[in-house]
Amino acid sequence: MDNISIRIIQPILALILSPLLFGIINRTKAFFAGRKGQPLFQTYFDLWKLVHKGVVYSKTTGWIFRAGPIINLSAILLITLFIPLGHSKAVIFFDGDIFLVIYLFALIRFFTIIAALDTGSSFEGMGASREAQFSALTEPALFLALAAIACGTGKLSLSEILVSITSKFWLSHISIILFVAATLIIVLLTENARIPVDDPNTHLELTMIHEVMVLDSSGPDFAFIVFASALKLWVFTALFAGVLIPDIGFGFWPNLGICVLAVLCVSVVVGIIESCIARLKLLFVPHFIFIATVFAVLAMVFVLRK
Amino acid sequence: MLIEFMMIFLTLVNLIILSTSRLSTCIKVIAFQGIILGVLPVAGGQFDIQLVIFSIIAISVKAILFPSMLLRTLSQLNIHREKKPYVGYGMSLLIGLGAIVLSWWISKNLPLTITPANSAVLPVSIFTAFVGLYLIITRKMALTQVIGYLIFENGIYMFGVILPQKQPLLVELAVLLDAFVAVFVMGITIFHISREFDHIETDQLSTLRS
Amino acid sequence: MLLALIFIPFLAGVLSLVSRNASLRYFLLGTAAVLHFILTCSFWFFPPAALFNNWLGLDRIGQLILSITSGLFLGAGFYAISYLKNEKHQQIKDFQEDIIFSNVPEAIFICCMLFLLASMTFLALSQHFGLIWVAIELTTLTSAPLIYFHRHHRSLEATWKYLMICSVGIAIALLGNFFLAVAASTGGEKPVSLLAGELVKYANVLNVKWLKAAFIFILVGYGTKMGLAPMHTWLPDAHSEAPSVISSLLSGAMLNCAFLGIFRTFQVCTAAGLGDFAGDLLIALGLVSMLVAAVYIIRQADYKRMLAYSSVEHMGIVAIGLGLGKAAVFGSMLHLVNHSLTKAALFLVAGNILAVYKTKRTNDVQGMFKVIPISAFLWLAGILSITGFPPFGTFISEFTILKAGIEQGRFFVSGAYLVLLVIVFIGFATICIRMTQGSPEQGIEKVALKQRFLSVVPPAIMILLILVLGLFIPSTFRNFLHDICMLVGGN
Repeated sequence: MDNISIRIIQPILALILSPLLFGIINRTKAFFAGRKGQPLFQTYFDLWKLVHKGVVYSKTTGWIFRAGPIINLSAILLITLFIPLGHSKAVIFFDGDIFLVIYLFALIRFFTIIAALDTGSSFEGMGASREAQFSALTEPALFLALAAIACGTGKLSLSEILVSITSKFWLSHISIILFVAATLIIVLLTENARIPVDDPNTHLELTMIHEVMVLDSSGPDFAFIVFASALKLWVFTALFAGVLIPDIGFGFWPNLGICVLAVLCVSVVVGIIESCIARLKLLFVPHFIFIATVFAVLAMVFVLRK
Repeated sequence: MLIEFMMIFLTLVNLIILSTSRLSTCIKVIAFQGIILGVLPVAGGQFDIQLVIFSIIAISVKAILFPSMLLRTLSQLNIHREKKPYVGYGMSLLIGLGAIVLSWWISKNLPLTITPANSAVLPVSIFTAFVGLYLIITRKMALTQVIGYLIFENGIYMFGVILPQKQPLLVELAVLLDAFVAVFVMGITIFHISREFDHIETDQLSTLRS
Repeated sequence: MLLALIFIPFLAGVLSLVSRNASLRYFLLGTAAVLHFILTCSFWFFPPAALFNNWLGLDRIGQLILSITSGLFLGAGFYAISYLKNEKHQQIKDFQEDIIFSNVPEAIFICCMLFLLASMTFLALSQHFGLIWVAIELTTLTSAPLIYFHRHHRSLEATWKYLMICSVGIAIALLGNFFLAVAASTGGEKPVSLLAGELVKYANVLNVKWLKAAFIFILVGYGTKMGLAPMHTWLPDAHSEAPSVISSLLSGAMLNCAFLGIFRTFQVCTAAGLGDFAGDLLIALGLVSMLVAAVYIIRQADYKRMLAYSSVEHMGIVAIGLGLGKAAVFGSMLHLVNHSLTKAALFLVAGNILAVYKTKRTNDVQGMFKVIPISAFLWLAGILSITGFPPFGTFISEFTILKAGIEQGRFFVSGAYLVLLVIVFIGFATICIRMTQGSPEQGIEKVALKQRFLSVVPPAIMILLILVLGLFIPSTFRNFLHDICMLVGGN
């Protein structure tokens, strides 16, 4: 399926379905807690509401604070163009696009952090420093894991890597696949500010990381941020599902269907994880992320043995 | 495939043991290793009756007898955690990662003309032996050192499994018996140490010098 | 016959464990030692047949080690009987610190002694590298409870160090054995079994790289047990804290047993043409051992520790002798015998000194000639012998090694060897001769026991034997040692 007009369906699906993931996670958590929970489409309602609100800017903030949400959203939209759903090619791909994707993530992080610092609030500065610390730890893990899978398949572009994960490759490289998947799930939890690293629902100043950085944003700006984080979750789950589930070999549409289903399932899993595990002490978060690095190194070792 | 997974689990439990202070976890890891090592000779798929008998004996000694003996000692001691080791747990884990890389590099460069059932067996055996030695060196509790000794022995045993020329069954059994007696004697000694000193920290066994 | 040799001490050990009568236990210990000795002696005249496809057999080097072990055990056994009779069975007050301790039950002590003899015999008879490993580990495990005879914290510390260091060392040797198996299986079309004889016979098809690795690991592993520096750290602790009779057994017999393991591997190496490589390693370790020992001996304040370090030194000498090869091997083997006898005698005498003076500090021991004249005489003779003074046998063996070294043109090795020997001599002489001279402190003279018959006869006989070996070596024994040299390519 090389036709670009069909491939474009992947980012469109991402745009439409990504806010649903938050809804699924919240419903799963509510189910485990014995509550009814918010509607599945709550995030869509929130976004709709936020877009129609006005914006309040603090006098201390400068243009960085205003640029932050826009850059975030545009960067993550760019990233979605590189992420294949299922084992087909994404809208854009070229050799080495892995690095572009990783650095686009870094760009998002950078602007979130300096936007938070721009408010001049010590509260948000604290969140920014934590975010910087943890992301500095996740980045090598993510790099190593992607490098391992790139070495395993011998490809340098995200799309081509995922295309080469056929069921035959999957069977012969099962250990690498599992290690990379394990790394990715930890990175996913960390990067998307989920339990056990961060609690997206809490507004307790001592424990928050991500939420605290965006406290000052309002209206459409905040809508951009929420949508961007929904897309980010989508991207990571799609990547995770793409690595873990091999190409079953029935062509484009079944693969796409399976991948979307898998993404939804992963968000259920994330919900289950959040229900079962307590948030880690802040001091232990680096240990948790270090586990991801361990898996990534193991993946690398197992790749290089041949 | 089975062997590959066994090797992955071995690597992971070795890393766990490097990063935990809970003595009971360490002992469970020993039991787990014992099962894997016991199954290893027959995991290749050849069912020699001698091999099967030996692996049953090995499992019962390594996975049942040793851990239960150690657990018994542990319950006599009323100690649950390793005291501050010479090298911290996070650092140990990092060193462990380095050791994994090193052991794969070593095993890649060994002029071993035999091809083992799985290319991971050799490096994992080196890594296991390393973890054992590392525990003996960096941990202070006498019990952890015995655990380290057992892990070291397990690593060496794994190396022996790869060999095409099997040691005669008698010798292997005798080796097992020796390890058993060693753990037995060490367990008794630890018990005496705890009674005499009210602790089992070997760094405080330092009266005898020069 | 060979099996009887192992099973006599083993059964006696089991019996003494279950028997409730002290004198029966002494009887068992004595009988087993005597029977074992008689059987061993008979093997000199009637060589026994090998058993189990050559797995158990008595070759020349095995016979040498076995004879030393058996002879020493005979002496130590009788000494132990007198020692145990003297030991009180209730709580004992320690003389170094203000603590009260008790002894390990006598049944366990005697049982472990006999088991130790059984395992050492087993080792001397094993021809298979796997069995050798098993036997050496067994000697460690059976001797550990012996070191912990006096149940106090110092001996416990020594026991723990001994157990841990030696077990790890021996585990390393197991890895060496596996390497040996790899070396044996990769060369020819059919793997060579790990029987010592077969390995030597087919040495030319062994994989050289793996054989080298195997030798290094086995040297480090068994070297730990043998007390070669820098793996010797357990040795001074164990030897100084164990009862003297056990120290004499450990030093005189058990170190040789570990040496046997190295010797057999060395034999394979020389047969495979790696004699120089292995020899250099042995020489290096030997010199390091001598150096470490010399450093610690020269200012030693504890005479049992001094003897222990001297064991490190002499094991170093033996290793150097073996490493130099050719004529030096003869000296090395002779030295093995001399050292065992001397050191065992010295430790036994040290036990007598300890019993009278109640101290291990050399400074507190004075005027031995006035208090315990016989022991003092033996002590002096032993010290002269251990430092290689003529006319004792040690002089001859040490000189043979030196001469061989010079003849081979290894001047550095010979020079270092000589200098270290002199340093050790000075250290020993200044410290030990002072112990015998002077006048004893008040009180000790009155306490002085009459020396029990059994506590002086064994060391006296051993010293006498050294003297005889120093004056004249019987030609049969000389030929016997030459045969051993032939095993490692000497002449």
